[in-house]
Amino acid sequence: MMGFSVRKDASGVVVIGVAGQLIVANRHELKEKVAEAVSFGSRKILIDFTDTGYIDSSGLGALVSLAKKLRESGGELRLAGLNEDLRTLFELTKLDTLFTITASPEEAIQGF
Amino acid sequence: MTSPMRLSVQRSDVLLPEAACTAPRISLRLPSELRVIEEAVDVVAQHCEAEGLCGRRARFQLRVALCEALANAILYGNREDASKHVDVHVTVTDPAFTVEVIDEGSGYNPVSFEAPALPDDLEAAGGRGLFLIRQLVDHVSFNDRGNAICMVLRRA
Repeated sequence: MMGFSVRKDASGVVVIGVAGQLIVANRHELKEKVAEAVSFGSRKILIDFTDTGYIDSSGLGALVSLAKKLRESGGELRLAGLNEDLRTLFELTKLDTLFTITASPEEAIQGF
Repeated sequence: MTSPMRLSVQRSDVLLPEAACTAPRISLRLPSELRVIEEAVDVVAQHCEAEGLCGRRARFQLRVALCEALANAILYGNREDASKHVDVHVTVTDPAFTVEVIDEGSGYNPVSFEAPALPDDLEAAGGRGLFLIRQLVDHVSFNDRGNAICMVLRRA
């Protein structure tokens, strides 16, 4: 099943966890979660894929759009917790060169 | 979270003329709704895993490729028209798993399927679906009309 969790780290980074899949059917929900965080003033957003099974091209496109929008407003989007399968997707599409990707959420948070 | 749609699975045996034998097939008829994709992918992947598709091919390659094909069929083929359906057929043979996705749309230009490339602009929001399908499965083909895709994954 798909779902998103949202928490704010002590350092102010908003961590959005993706459970299940990030695909065409739920990418709008991720966009809404990020927009909500931004509306509350957050500019450091981490998407945690630790519990994510797979992502489709719509999900990748949503991440690209979100990263661009955040960057344009002075913020940053990072990704963490990608398993080997998901890393393959980013490498195949060359999106691993576009994002800051860390193995763990903790590393991403420390690096902001 | 959406509740399961309880998809109906039809089972049959199809004749493989080239092999002079039959092969088991499952078929699903899906509404043109994006919310059906997750469950349909689960049903097909679990069936293929039960029939011996293993590891990364089952948990990742098949799932993503099928997800892409279904999204294309629903969004671009049937344009989310509630009066149209998407048919999925999964045929299992000794060497491979064949997954067909057929929409009721007027079709897409097959020439543009031949060598899908990544968008020139890395920051483009779309344009990666067909490219991914070709990268993830062993063989892809389309019918002349352009409303059916056939994806083949070998067992190993």
